[in-house]
Amino acid sequence: MPSPRRALLILACLLGLAGLSLGAALLAGSVAVGPGELLAILAGGEPSLAAEVVLQLRLPRALSGFACGGLLALAGALMQVLLRNPLADPYVLGISGGAGVGALGAILLGLSGLGLDLFAFGGALGALLLVFGLAHGDGSWTQTRLLLTGVIVAAGCGALVALMLSLAPESQLRGMLFWLMGDLSQSLSPWPTLAALVLALLLAMPFARELNLLSRGAESARTLGVAVGRLRGLVYLIAALATAAAVTSAGAIGFIGLVVPHLVRLAIGNDQRLLLPASVLAGGTLLMAADTLARTVIAPEQLPVGVLTALLGVPVFLFLLSRTGGRSA
Amino acid sequence: MSILLAARELAVRIGPLGVCCGLDLELQAGETLVILGKNGAGKSTLLATLAGLRPPSGGQVLLQDRDYAAHGPRAAARLRGWLGQHRGDPFATTVLETALTGRHPHLGRWQWESAADVRIAREALVEVGLHGLEERDVQTLSGGERQRLAIATLLTQQTPLMLLDEPLTHLDLNHQIAVLEILARRARQGAGIVTVLHDPGLAWRYAGRVLLIYGDGHTDLGPADALLTPERLARLYGHPLARVEQDGRVAFIPC
Repeated sequence: MPSPRRALLILACLLGLAGLSLGAALLAGSVAVGPGELLAILAGGEPSLAAEVVLQLRLPRALSGFACGGLLALAGALMQVLLRNPLADPYVLGISGGAGVGALGAILLGLSGLGLDLFAFGGALGALLLVFGLAHGDGSWTQTRLLLTGVIVAAGCGALVALMLSLAPESQLRGMLFWLMGDLSQSLSPWPTLAALVLALLLAMPFARELNLLSRGAESARTLGVAVGRLRGLVYLIAALATAAAVTSAGAIGFIGLVVPHLVRLAIGNDQRLLLPASVLAGGTLLMAADTLARTVIAPEQLPVGVLTALLGVPVFLFLLSRTGGRSA
Repeated sequence: MSILLAARELAVRIGPLGVCCGLDLELQAGETLVILGKNGAGKSTLLATLAGLRPPSGGQVLLQDRDYAAHGPRAAARLRGWLGQHRGDPFATTVLETALTGRHPHLGRWQWESAADVRIAREALVEVGLHGLEERDVQTLSGGERQRLAIATLLTQQTPLMLLDEPLTHLDLNHQIAVLEILARRARQGAGIVTVLHDPGLAWRYAGRVLLIYGDGHTDLGPADALLTPERLARLYGHPLARVEQDGRVAFIPC
Protein backbone atom coordinates (compact mmCIF):
# COMPACT_ATOMS: atom_id res chain seq x y z
CA MET A 1 0.00 0.00 0.00
CA PRO A 2 1.51 3.28 -1.06
CA SER A 3 1.45 6.20 1.34
CA PRO A 4 -0.54 9.23 0.12
CA ARG A 5 2.71 11.13 -0.41
CA ARG A 6 4.24 8.36 -2.51
CA ALA A 7 1.01 8.10 -4.49
CA LEU A 8 1.09 11.81 -5.28
CA LEU A 9 4.74 11.57 -6.28
CA ILE A 10 4.01 8.72 -8.68
CA LEU A 11 1.08 10.59 -10.18
CA ALA A 12 3.23 13.71 -10.57
CA CYS A 13 5.87 11.67 -12.44
CA LEU A 14 3.20 10.18 -14.71
CA LEU A 15 1.78 13.64 -15.32
CA GLY A 16 5.27 14.77 -16.36
CA LEU A 17 5.50 11.84 -18.79
CA ALA A 18 2.09 12.76 -20.19
CA GLY A 19 3.39 16.31 -20.74
CA LEU A 20 6.43 15.00 -22.59
CA SER A 21 4.28 12.77 -24.73
CA LEU A 22 2.00 15.69 -25.55
CA GLY A 23 5.01 17.82 -26.43
CA ALA A 24 6.33 15.14 -28.77
CA ALA A 25 2.90 14.83 -30.39
CA LEU A 26 2.82 18.57 -31.06
CA LEU A 27 6.37 18.71 -32.42
CA ALA A 28 6.36 15.67 -34.68
CA GLY A 29 5.01 15.76 -38.22
CA SER A 30 5.64 16.90 -41.76
CA VAL A 31 5.53 20.61 -40.87
CA ALA A 32 8.63 21.18 -38.75
CA VAL A 33 8.04 23.05 -35.51
CA GLY A 34 10.86 23.73 -33.04
CA PRO A 35 10.39 23.61 -29.25
CA GLY A 36 10.79 27.41 -28.96
CA GLU A 37 8.31 27.96 -31.76
CA LEU A 38 5.89 25.55 -30.12
CA LEU A 39 5.98 27.49 -26.85
CA ALA A 40 5.35 30.73 -28.75
CA ILE A 41 2.38 29.15 -30.56
CA LEU A 42 0.90 27.77 -27.34
CA ALA A 43 1.37 31.17 -25.68
CA GLY A 44 -0.80 32.61 -28.44
CA GLY A 45 1.67 33.96 -30.99
CA GLU A 46 1.23 35.17 -34.57
CA PRO A 47 -1.05 33.13 -36.87
CA SER A 48 1.06 31.02 -39.19
CA LEU A 49 0.96 27.69 -40.99
CA ALA A 50 2.80 26.09 -38.08
CA ALA A 51 0.36 27.55 -35.57
CA GLU A 52 -2.54 26.33 -37.69
CA VAL A 53 -1.11 22.80 -37.87
CA VAL A 54 -0.32 22.62 -34.15
CA LEU A 55 -3.53 24.13 -32.81
CA GLN A 56 -6.04 22.84 -35.37
CA LEU A 57 -4.63 19.41 -36.19
CA ARG A 58 -2.04 18.10 -33.77
CA LEU A 59 -3.37 19.40 -30.44
CA PRO A 60 -6.97 18.14 -30.84
CA ARG A 61 -5.72 14.80 -32.10
CA ALA A 62 -3.23 14.43 -29.23
CA LEU A 63 -5.85 15.36 -26.68
CA SER A 64 -8.30 12.90 -28.23
CA GLY A 65 -5.61 10.25 -27.98
CA PHE A 66 -4.95 11.06 -24.34
CA ALA A 67 -8.65 11.01 -23.49
CA CYS A 68 -9.30 7.71 -25.30
CA GLY A 69 -6.23 6.05 -23.81
CA GLY A 70 -7.20 7.23 -20.33
CA LEU A 71 -10.79 6.08 -20.73
CA LEU A 72 -9.79 2.66 -22.03
CA ALA A 73 -7.22 2.10 -19.28
CA LEU A 74 -9.71 3.19 -16.62
CA ALA A 75 -12.43 0.99 -18.06
CA GLY A 76 -10.01 -1.95 -18.23
CA ALA A 77 -8.91 -1.51 -14.62
CA LEU A 78 -12.55 -1.33 -13.50
CA MET A 79 -13.58 -4.38 -15.55
CA GLN A 80 -10.70 -6.41 -14.11
CA VAL A 81 -11.92 -5.63 -10.60
CA LEU A 82 -15.58 -6.10 -11.46
CA LEU A 83 -15.02 -9.51 -13.03
CA ARG A 84 -12.12 -10.36 -10.67
CA ASN A 85 -10.36 -11.54 -13.77
CA PRO A 86 -6.96 -10.30 -14.93
CA LEU A 87 -7.92 -11.13 -18.52
CA ALA A 88 -10.88 -8.78 -18.57
CA ASP A 89 -10.65 -5.70 -20.80
CA PRO A 90 -13.09 -2.94 -21.74
CA TYR A 91 -14.30 -4.89 -24.75
CA VAL A 92 -14.98 -8.22 -23.06
CA LEU A 93 -18.61 -7.34 -22.32
CA GLY A 94 -19.51 -6.42 -25.87
CA ILE A 95 -19.44 -2.61 -25.67
CA SER A 96 -16.99 -2.25 -28.52
CA GLY A 97 -18.85 -4.89 -30.46
CA GLY A 98 -22.04 -2.86 -30.19
CA ALA A 99 -20.18 0.29 -31.18
CA GLY A 100 -18.66 -1.59 -34.12
CA VAL A 101 -22.07 -2.67 -35.36
CA GLY A 102 -23.26 0.94 -35.11
CA ALA A 103 -20.19 2.40 -36.77
CA LEU A 104 -20.09 -0.07 -39.65
CA GLY A 105 -23.81 0.38 -40.16
CA ALA A 106 -23.23 4.12 -40.39
CA ILE A 107 -20.41 3.65 -42.92
CA LEU A 108 -22.65 1.37 -44.99
CA LEU A 109 -25.27 4.10 -44.98
CA GLY A 110 -22.64 6.53 -46.16
CA LEU A 111 -22.47 8.52 -42.95
CA SER A 112 -19.31 10.04 -41.52
CA GLY A 113 -18.31 12.54 -38.85
CA LEU A 114 -21.00 13.21 -36.26
CA GLY A 115 -23.47 10.75 -37.77
CA LEU A 116 -20.91 7.97 -37.53
CA ASP A 117 -20.14 8.90 -33.93
CA LEU A 118 -23.82 8.93 -33.00
CA PHE A 119 -24.34 5.49 -34.56
CA ALA A 120 -21.27 4.11 -32.78
CA PHE A 121 -22.34 5.51 -29.43
CA GLY A 122 -25.87 4.23 -29.97
CA GLY A 123 -24.52 0.76 -30.72
CA ALA A 124 -22.35 0.83 -27.60
CA LEU A 125 -25.30 1.94 -25.48
CA GLY A 126 -27.46 -0.78 -26.99
CA ALA A 127 -24.92 -3.48 -26.10
CA LEU A 128 -24.48 -1.95 -22.64
CA LEU A 129 -28.20 -1.99 -21.88
CA LEU A 130 -28.63 -5.45 -23.33
CA VAL A 131 -25.86 -6.91 -21.18
CA PHE A 132 -26.93 -4.95 -18.12
CA GLY A 133 -30.55 -5.99 -18.45
CA LEU A 134 -29.83 -9.65 -19.12
CA ALA A 135 -27.08 -10.03 -16.52
CA HIS A 136 -29.00 -8.15 -13.88
CA GLY A 137 -31.90 -10.52 -14.48
CA ASP A 138 -33.02 -11.79 -11.11
CA GLY A 139 -30.87 -9.23 -9.32
CA SER A 140 -28.15 -11.74 -8.48
CA TRP A 141 -25.43 -10.02 -10.55
CA THR A 142 -22.97 -12.86 -10.39
CA GLN A 143 -19.64 -12.43 -12.13
CA THR A 144 -20.08 -15.54 -14.21
CA ARG A 145 -23.49 -14.48 -15.45
CA LEU A 146 -22.26 -11.01 -16.32
CA LEU A 147 -19.18 -12.36 -18.08
CA LEU A 148 -21.11 -14.98 -20.04
CA THR A 149 -23.80 -12.51 -21.08
CA GLY A 150 -21.17 -10.01 -22.18
CA VAL A 151 -19.11 -12.55 -24.09
CA ILE A 152 -22.18 -13.85 -25.92
CA VAL A 153 -23.36 -10.34 -26.83
CA ALA A 154 -19.81 -9.57 -28.02
CA ALA A 155 -19.86 -12.71 -30.16
CA GLY A 156 -23.20 -11.70 -31.66
CA CYS A 157 -21.87 -8.24 -32.47
CA GLY A 158 -18.76 -9.82 -33.97
CA ALA A 159 -20.95 -11.87 -36.29
CA LEU A 160 -22.89 -8.76 -37.37
CA VAL A 161 -19.62 -6.91 -37.97
CA ALA A 162 -18.33 -9.78 -40.11
CA LEU A 163 -21.62 -9.81 -42.02
CA MET A 164 -21.38 -6.10 -42.77
CA LEU A 165 -17.74 -6.40 -43.79
CA SER A 166 -18.63 -9.12 -46.27
CA LEU A 167 -21.56 -7.15 -47.68
CA ALA A 168 -19.77 -3.80 -47.84
CA PRO A 169 -18.58 -2.43 -51.20
CA GLU A 170 -14.81 -2.46 -51.72
CA SER A 171 -14.54 1.32 -51.41
CA GLN A 172 -15.83 1.33 -47.83
CA LEU A 173 -13.76 -1.58 -46.56
CA ARG A 174 -10.66 0.43 -45.69
CA GLY A 175 -12.62 2.90 -43.55
CA MET A 176 -14.34 0.03 -41.80
CA LEU A 177 -11.10 -1.77 -41.09
CA PHE A 178 -9.48 1.39 -39.76
CA TRP A 179 -12.43 1.93 -37.44
CA LEU A 180 -12.26 -1.65 -36.20
CA MET A 181 -8.54 -1.41 -35.56
CA GLY A 182 -8.83 1.95 -33.88
CA ASP A 183 -7.84 5.19 -35.54
CA LEU A 184 -7.62 8.72 -34.20
CA SER A 185 -7.51 10.52 -37.55
CA GLN A 186 -11.31 10.54 -37.74
CA SER A 187 -11.96 11.80 -34.22
CA LEU A 188 -13.78 15.11 -34.03
CA SER A 189 -13.45 17.52 -31.10
CA PRO A 190 -11.47 16.11 -28.14
CA TRP A 191 -13.50 17.97 -25.52
CA PRO A 192 -16.49 15.59 -25.09
CA THR A 193 -14.09 12.68 -24.70
CA LEU A 194 -11.92 14.58 -22.21
CA ALA A 195 -15.02 15.56 -20.26
CA ALA A 196 -16.09 11.91 -20.20
CA LEU A 197 -12.64 10.97 -18.88
CA VAL A 198 -12.76 13.50 -16.05
CA LEU A 199 -16.32 12.52 -15.17
CA ALA A 200 -15.59 8.78 -15.15
CA LEU A 201 -12.54 9.24 -12.94
CA LEU A 202 -14.40 11.53 -10.54
CA LEU A 203 -17.23 9.00 -10.30
CA ALA A 204 -14.91 6.05 -9.72
CA MET A 205 -12.44 7.55 -7.24
CA PRO A 206 -14.77 7.78 -4.22
CA PHE A 207 -15.21 4.02 -4.45
CA ALA A 208 -11.54 3.16 -4.89
CA ARG A 209 -11.01 1.57 -1.50
CA GLU A 210 -14.26 -0.38 -1.83
CA LEU A 211 -12.98 -1.62 -5.18
CA ASN A 212 -9.86 -2.91 -3.42
CA LEU A 213 -12.16 -5.04 -1.27
CA LEU A 214 -14.31 -6.11 -4.22
CA SER A 215 -11.22 -7.35 -6.06
CA ARG A 216 -10.60 -9.70 -3.12
CA GLY A 217 -14.05 -11.25 -3.27
CA ALA A 218 -17.65 -10.17 -3.00
CA GLU A 219 -18.47 -11.99 0.21
CA SER A 220 -15.63 -10.61 2.28
CA ALA A 221 -16.28 -7.15 0.81
CA ARG A 222 -19.86 -7.36 2.02
CA THR A 223 -18.82 -8.30 5.54
CA LEU A 224 -16.47 -5.32 5.57
CA GLY A 225 -19.37 -3.00 4.85
CA VAL A 226 -19.44 -2.67 1.07
CA ALA A 227 -22.86 -2.57 -0.59
CA VAL A 228 -21.65 -5.00 -3.23
CA GLY A 229 -24.67 -5.11 -5.54
CA ARG A 230 -24.87 -1.36 -5.88
CA LEU A 231 -21.12 -1.00 -6.29
CA ARG A 232 -21.04 -3.61 -9.07
CA GLY A 233 -23.83 -1.89 -10.95
CA LEU A 234 -22.12 1.46 -10.63
CA VAL A 235 -18.71 0.15 -11.68
CA TYR A 236 -20.21 -1.61 -14.69
CA LEU A 237 -21.95 1.57 -15.80
CA ILE A 238 -18.84 3.73 -15.37
CA ALA A 239 -16.63 1.24 -17.21
CA ALA A 240 -19.16 0.71 -19.98
CA LEU A 241 -19.82 4.41 -20.56
CA ALA A 242 -16.09 5.14 -20.49
CA THR A 243 -15.57 2.44 -23.13
CA ALA A 244 -18.46 3.74 -25.19
CA ALA A 245 -17.03 7.27 -25.11
CA ALA A 246 -13.59 6.05 -26.16
CA VAL A 247 -14.69 3.81 -29.02
CA THR A 248 -17.09 6.44 -30.30
CA SER A 249 -14.21 8.86 -30.64
CA ALA A 250 -11.51 6.57 -32.02
CA GLY A 251 -12.86 3.12 -32.82
CA ALA A 252 -11.90 -0.11 -31.15
CA ILE A 253 -8.29 0.60 -30.17
CA GLY A 254 -7.08 -2.65 -28.71
CA PHE A 255 -4.65 -3.54 -26.02
CA ILE A 256 -4.56 -0.31 -23.99
CA GLY A 257 -7.47 -1.36 -21.80
CA LEU A 258 -6.06 -4.80 -21.12
CA VAL A 259 -2.40 -4.07 -20.70
CA VAL A 260 -2.06 -0.61 -19.18
CA PRO A 261 -3.75 -1.58 -15.90
CA HIS A 262 -1.44 -4.59 -15.72
CA LEU A 263 1.67 -2.52 -16.45
CA VAL A 264 0.68 -0.06 -13.75
CA ARG A 265 -0.19 -2.85 -11.34
CA LEU A 266 3.17 -4.51 -11.89
CA ALA A 267 4.93 -1.22 -11.25
CA ILE A 268 3.01 0.19 -8.28
CA GLY A 269 0.72 -2.49 -6.87
CA ASN A 270 -3.00 -3.05 -6.87
CA ASP A 271 -4.33 -0.26 -4.65
CA GLN A 272 -7.16 1.19 -6.75
CA ARG A 273 -6.76 4.61 -5.14
CA LEU A 274 -3.48 4.91 -7.01
CA LEU A 275 -4.09 2.38 -9.77
CA LEU A 276 -7.12 4.14 -11.28
CA PRO A 277 -5.60 7.63 -11.74
CA ALA A 278 -2.21 6.17 -12.65
CA SER A 279 -3.83 3.97 -15.31
CA VAL A 280 -5.61 6.99 -16.74
CA LEU A 281 -2.34 8.92 -17.05
CA ALA A 282 -0.35 5.96 -18.34
CA GLY A 283 -3.05 4.92 -20.82
CA GLY A 284 -3.39 8.46 -22.13
CA THR A 285 0.36 8.88 -22.43
CA LEU A 286 0.84 5.58 -24.20
CA LEU A 287 -1.93 6.19 -26.71
CA MET A 288 -0.68 9.72 -27.48
CA ALA A 289 2.83 8.39 -28.06
CA ALA A 290 1.58 5.52 -30.18
CA ASP A 291 -0.52 7.85 -32.28
CA THR A 292 2.44 10.18 -32.84
CA LEU A 293 4.36 7.20 -34.15
CA ALA A 294 1.37 5.99 -36.17
CA ARG A 295 1.22 9.21 -38.17
CA THR A 296 4.98 9.75 -38.57
CA VAL A 297 6.59 6.35 -38.93
CA ILE A 298 5.71 5.84 -42.59
CA ALA A 299 4.56 9.41 -43.30
CA PRO A 300 2.75 10.56 -45.35
CA GLU A 301 0.95 7.23 -44.94
CA GLN A 302 -0.80 6.73 -41.60
CA LEU A 303 -1.13 3.52 -39.64
CA PRO A 304 -4.17 2.76 -37.51
CA VAL A 305 -2.97 3.47 -33.99
CA GLY A 306 -4.50 0.24 -32.64
CA VAL A 307 -1.87 -1.71 -34.56
CA LEU A 308 0.93 0.27 -32.95
CA THR A 309 -0.42 0.05 -29.39
CA ALA A 310 -0.25 -3.69 -29.70
CA LEU A 311 3.16 -3.72 -31.38
CA LEU A 312 4.58 -1.49 -28.63
CA GLY A 313 2.71 -2.98 -25.70
CA VAL A 314 3.27 -6.67 -26.26
CA PRO A 315 7.07 -6.72 -25.83
CA VAL A 316 6.97 -4.33 -22.87
CA PHE A 317 4.36 -6.43 -21.17
CA LEU A 318 6.13 -9.72 -21.83
CA PHE A 319 9.34 -8.23 -20.44
CA LEU A 320 7.66 -7.11 -17.21
CA LEU A 321 5.87 -10.42 -16.90
CA SER A 322 9.07 -12.44 -17.22
CA ARG A 323 10.80 -10.17 -14.70
CA THR A 324 8.19 -10.85 -12.04
CA GLY A 325 7.77 -14.53 -12.81
CA GLY A 326 4.20 -13.93 -13.89
CA ARG A 327 2.78 -14.05 -10.39
CA SER A 328 1.51 -10.53 -10.30
CA ALA A 329 -0.41 -10.36 -13.50
CA MET B 1 -24.12 -8.33 30.13
CA SER B 2 -25.12 -7.01 26.72
CA ILE B 3 -26.59 -9.19 24.02
CA LEU B 4 -24.39 -9.03 20.92
CA LEU B 5 -26.44 -11.26 18.67
CA ALA B 6 -29.95 -12.61 18.85
CA ALA B 7 -32.01 -14.88 16.63
CA ARG B 8 -35.78 -14.83 17.10
CA GLU B 9 -37.88 -17.63 15.64
CA LEU B 10 -35.18 -17.97 13.02
CA ALA B 11 -35.88 -20.21 10.05
CA VAL B 12 -33.18 -20.97 7.49
CA ARG B 13 -33.80 -23.07 4.40
CA ILE B 14 -31.59 -24.00 1.46
CA GLY B 15 -34.03 -24.94 -1.29
CA PRO B 16 -36.02 -27.87 0.13
CA LEU B 17 -33.53 -28.45 2.98
CA GLY B 18 -34.52 -27.04 6.33
CA VAL B 19 -31.46 -26.01 8.35
CA CYS B 20 -33.37 -24.74 11.36
CA CYS B 21 -36.79 -23.45 12.21
CA GLY B 22 -38.02 -21.49 15.18
CA LEU B 23 -34.46 -21.08 16.48
CA ASP B 24 -34.16 -18.71 19.43
CA LEU B 25 -30.65 -17.77 20.37
CA GLU B 26 -28.95 -15.04 22.34
CA LEU B 27 -25.22 -14.54 22.47
CA GLN B 28 -23.84 -12.48 25.33
CA ALA B 29 -20.55 -10.64 25.35
CA GLY B 30 -17.77 -13.00 26.38
CA GLU B 31 -19.60 -16.11 25.16
CA THR B 32 -18.37 -18.72 22.72
CA LEU B 33 -20.89 -20.74 20.73
CA VAL B 34 -19.73 -23.59 18.50
CA ILE B 35 -21.87 -24.90 15.64
CA LEU B 36 -21.47 -28.60 14.80
CA GLY B 37 -23.07 -30.69 12.11
CA LYS B 38 -22.46 -32.92 9.11
CA ASN B 39 -21.26 -31.65 5.75
CA GLY B 40 -24.17 -30.09 3.92
CA ALA B 41 -26.30 -29.73 7.05
CA GLY B 42 -26.30 -25.97 6.54
CA LYS B 43 -23.78 -24.74 9.11
CA SER B 44 -22.26 -22.17 6.76
CA THR B 45 -25.66 -21.02 5.55
CA LEU B 46 -26.85 -20.52 9.11
CA LEU B 47 -23.66 -18.64 9.97
CA ALA B 48 -24.01 -16.43 6.89
CA THR B 49 -27.60 -15.70 7.92
CA LEU B 50 -26.43 -14.77 11.41
CA ALA B 51 -23.81 -12.52 9.76
CA GLY B 52 -26.51 -10.74 7.77
CA LEU B 53 -25.11 -11.96 4.47
CA ARG B 54 -28.32 -13.69 3.41
CA PRO B 55 -31.89 -13.04 4.43
CA PRO B 56 -33.51 -15.51 6.82
CA SER B 57 -36.39 -17.62 5.49
CA GLY B 58 -38.33 -16.61 8.57
CA GLY B 59 -37.85 -14.83 11.86
CA GLN B 60 -35.26 -12.22 12.70
CA VAL B 61 -31.56 -11.78 13.31
CA LEU B 62 -30.69 -8.90 15.62
CA LEU B 63 -27.22 -7.42 15.94
CA GLN B 64 -27.12 -5.53 19.22
CA ASP B 65 -30.94 -5.27 19.26
CA ARG B 66 -31.36 -3.99 15.68
CA ASP B 67 -31.59 -5.88 12.45
CA TYR B 68 -28.87 -5.61 9.83
CA ALA B 69 -30.87 -3.39 7.52
CA ALA B 70 -31.31 -0.85 10.32
CA HIS B 71 -27.55 -0.77 10.91
CA GLY B 72 -26.55 -0.48 7.24
CA PRO B 73 -23.54 -2.39 5.89
CA ARG B 74 -20.80 -0.11 7.21
CA ALA B 75 -22.06 0.23 10.76
CA ALA B 76 -22.72 -3.52 10.86
CA ALA B 77 -19.14 -4.14 9.73
CA ARG B 78 -17.87 -2.31 12.79
CA LEU B 79 -19.92 -4.61 15.04
CA ARG B 80 -19.55 -8.05 13.50
CA GLY B 81 -16.72 -9.72 11.66
CA TRP B 82 -17.07 -12.81 9.54
CA LEU B 83 -14.52 -15.35 8.38
CA GLY B 84 -15.66 -17.08 5.20
CA GLN B 85 -14.41 -20.27 3.64
CA HIS B 86 -13.30 -18.95 0.30
CA ARG B 87 -9.80 -17.65 -0.25
CA GLY B 88 -8.32 -16.42 -3.48
CA ASP B 89 -6.83 -13.23 -4.74
CA PRO B 90 -6.66 -12.95 -8.51
CA PHE B 91 -4.28 -10.01 -8.20
CA ALA B 92 -1.00 -9.70 -6.35
CA THR B 93 -1.22 -8.08 -2.95
CA THR B 94 0.90 -8.12 0.17
CA VAL B 95 0.12 -9.74 3.48
CA LEU B 96 0.02 -6.39 5.30
CA GLU B 97 -2.28 -4.83 2.67
CA THR B 98 -4.64 -7.76 3.05
CA ALA B 99 -4.73 -7.53 6.84
CA LEU B 100 -5.33 -3.78 6.55
CA THR B 101 -8.57 -4.37 4.63
CA GLY B 102 -10.02 -5.13 8.05
CA ARG B 103 -9.78 -1.42 8.85
CA HIS B 104 -12.10 -0.47 5.97
CA PRO B 105 -15.31 0.01 8.00
CA HIS B 106 -13.45 2.24 10.44
CA LEU B 107 -12.17 4.62 7.77
CA GLY B 108 -13.96 7.49 6.06
CA ARG B 109 -14.33 7.53 2.28
CA TRP B 110 -11.25 9.64 1.61
CA GLN B 111 -9.21 8.57 4.61
CA TRP B 112 -6.02 6.55 4.19
CA GLU B 113 -4.91 3.96 6.68
CA SER B 114 -3.08 5.71 9.51
CA ALA B 115 -0.04 4.57 11.46
CA ALA B 116 -2.44 3.39 14.16
CA ASP B 117 -4.30 1.22 11.62
CA VAL B 118 -1.01 -0.27 10.43
CA ARG B 119 -0.05 -1.01 14.04
CA ILE B 120 -3.34 -2.83 14.64
CA ALA B 121 -2.81 -4.92 11.51
CA ARG B 122 0.81 -5.72 12.43
CA GLU B 123 -0.21 -6.79 15.92
CA ALA B 124 -2.84 -9.10 14.47
CA LEU B 125 -0.22 -10.61 12.14
CA VAL B 126 2.08 -11.18 15.11
CA GLU B 127 -0.78 -12.81 16.99
CA VAL B 128 -1.38 -15.40 14.26
CA GLY B 129 2.36 -15.98 13.77
CA LEU B 130 2.78 -14.21 10.42
CA HIS B 131 5.23 -11.53 11.54
CA GLY B 132 8.11 -11.14 9.13
CA LEU B 133 5.83 -11.95 6.19
CA GLU B 134 4.22 -8.50 5.99
CA GLU B 135 5.59 -7.70 2.53
CA ARG B 136 5.14 -11.18 1.06
CA ASP B 137 2.79 -11.61 -1.88
CA VAL B 138 -0.35 -13.37 -0.69
CA GLN B 139 -0.25 -15.62 -3.76
CA THR B 140 2.99 -17.20 -2.48
CA LEU B 141 1.52 -18.22 0.89
CA SER B 142 0.56 -21.78 1.80
CA GLY B 143 -3.06 -22.68 2.49
CA GLY B 144 -2.53 -22.58 6.25
CA GLU B 145 -0.76 -19.23 6.07
CA ARG B 146 -3.60 -17.79 4.02
CA GLN B 147 -6.08 -19.07 6.58
CA ARG B 148 -4.15 -17.40 9.40
CA LEU B 149 -3.95 -14.20 7.34
CA ALA B 150 -7.74 -14.24 6.98
CA ILE B 151 -8.01 -14.61 10.76
CA ALA B 152 -5.57 -11.72 11.24
CA THR B 153 -7.75 -9.62 8.91
CA LEU B 154 -10.76 -10.47 11.05
CA LEU B 155 -8.85 -9.49 14.21
CA THR B 156 -7.82 -6.22 12.54
CA GLN B 157 -11.49 -5.44 12.03
CA GLN B 158 -11.80 -5.31 15.86
CA THR B 159 -15.46 -6.23 16.11
CA PRO B 160 -17.20 -7.17 19.35
CA LEU B 161 -18.86 -10.09 17.52
CA MET B 162 -16.92 -12.59 15.41
CA LEU B 163 -18.52 -15.26 13.24
CA LEU B 164 -16.09 -17.84 11.91
CA ASP B 165 -16.80 -20.52 9.32
CA GLU B 166 -14.34 -23.37 9.87
CA PRO B 167 -11.43 -21.23 11.10
CA LEU B 168 -9.20 -24.31 11.51
CA THR B 169 -9.24 -25.35 7.82
CA HIS B 170 -5.71 -26.06 6.54
CA LEU B 171 -4.18 -25.46 9.98
CA ASP B 172 -1.72 -27.78 11.72
CA LEU B 173 -2.53 -28.95 15.24
CA ASN B 174 -0.36 -26.30 16.87
CA HIS B 175 -1.97 -23.53 14.86
CA GLN B 176 -5.44 -24.92 15.51
CA ILE B 177 -4.92 -24.57 19.24
CA ALA B 178 -3.20 -21.20 18.80
CA VAL B 179 -6.18 -19.83 16.85
CA LEU B 180 -8.68 -21.19 19.37
CA GLU B 181 -6.61 -19.64 22.19
CA ILE B 182 -6.70 -16.27 20.38
CA LEU B 183 -10.48 -16.53 20.16
CA ALA B 184 -10.75 -17.56 23.82
CA ARG B 185 -8.63 -14.56 24.78
CA ARG B 186 -10.92 -12.26 22.78
CA ALA B 187 -13.91 -13.81 24.49
CA ARG B 188 -12.38 -13.17 27.91
CA GLN B 189 -11.95 -9.54 26.84
CA GLY B 190 -15.68 -9.37 26.11
CA ALA B 191 -16.04 -10.47 22.49
CA GLY B 192 -18.79 -12.83 21.40
CA ILE B 193 -17.65 -15.76 19.23
CA VAL B 194 -19.73 -18.01 16.99
CA THR B 195 -17.69 -20.57 15.13
CA VAL B 196 -18.24 -23.66 13.02
CA LEU B 197 -15.88 -26.48 14.04
CA HIS B 198 -15.45 -30.07 12.93
CA ASP B 199 -13.91 -31.56 16.07
CA PRO B 200 -16.41 -32.08 18.93
CA GLY B 201 -13.45 -32.48 21.32
CA LEU B 202 -12.27 -28.95 20.56
CA ALA B 203 -15.85 -27.74 20.84
CA TRP B 204 -16.04 -29.37 24.27
CA ARG B 205 -12.85 -27.59 25.27
CA TYR B 206 -13.55 -24.09 23.97
CA ALA B 207 -17.31 -23.68 23.72
CA GLY B 208 -19.62 -22.49 26.44
CA ARG B 209 -22.61 -23.62 24.42
CA VAL B 210 -22.96 -25.67 21.27
CA LEU B 211 -25.55 -25.63 18.51
CA LEU B 212 -26.02 -29.00 16.84
CA ILE B 213 -27.51 -28.98 13.36
CA TYR B 214 -28.91 -32.31 12.25
CA GLY B 215 -29.70 -31.34 8.69
CA ASP B 216 -33.40 -32.22 8.90
CA GLY B 217 -34.54 -28.97 10.44
CA HIS B 218 -33.83 -30.16 13.99
CA THR B 219 -31.33 -28.33 16.14
CA ASP B 220 -30.12 -28.66 19.72
CA LEU B 221 -28.78 -25.71 21.63
CA GLY B 222 -27.28 -26.01 25.08
CA PRO B 223 -24.20 -26.18 27.28
CA ALA B 224 -21.31 -28.03 25.63
CA ASP B 225 -20.70 -30.56 28.39
CA ALA B 226 -24.37 -31.52 28.54
CA LEU B 227 -24.96 -31.84 24.80
CA LEU B 228 -21.70 -33.41 23.66
CA THR B 229 -22.47 -37.03 24.48
CA PRO B 230 -21.41 -39.95 22.28
CA GLU B 231 -25.07 -40.85 21.68
CA ARG B 232 -26.05 -37.41 20.49
CA LEU B 233 -22.92 -37.01 18.37
CA ALA B 234 -23.51 -40.41 16.81
CA ARG B 235 -26.92 -39.18 15.73
CA LEU B 236 -25.44 -35.87 14.56
CA TYR B 237 -22.74 -37.40 12.36
CA GLY B 238 -24.49 -40.65 11.52
CA HIS B 239 -21.49 -42.56 12.83
CA PRO B 240 -20.78 -44.11 16.24
CA LEU B 241 -18.25 -42.31 18.46
CA ALA B 242 -16.44 -43.16 21.67
CA ARG B 243 -15.63 -40.59 24.33
CA VAL B 244 -12.11 -40.60 25.77
CA GLU B 245 -11.08 -38.44 28.69
CA GLN B 246 -7.54 -37.65 29.72
CA ASP B 247 -6.14 -34.93 32.03
CA GLY B 248 -9.52 -33.25 32.12
CA ARG B 249 -9.74 -33.03 28.32
CA VAL B 250 -12.14 -34.91 26.14
CA ALA B 251 -11.78 -36.44 22.70
CA PHE B 252 -14.37 -38.19 20.57
CA ILE B 253 -13.00 -41.01 18.50
CA PRO B 254 -14.93 -42.39 15.52
CA CYS B 255 -15.50 -46.10 16.03
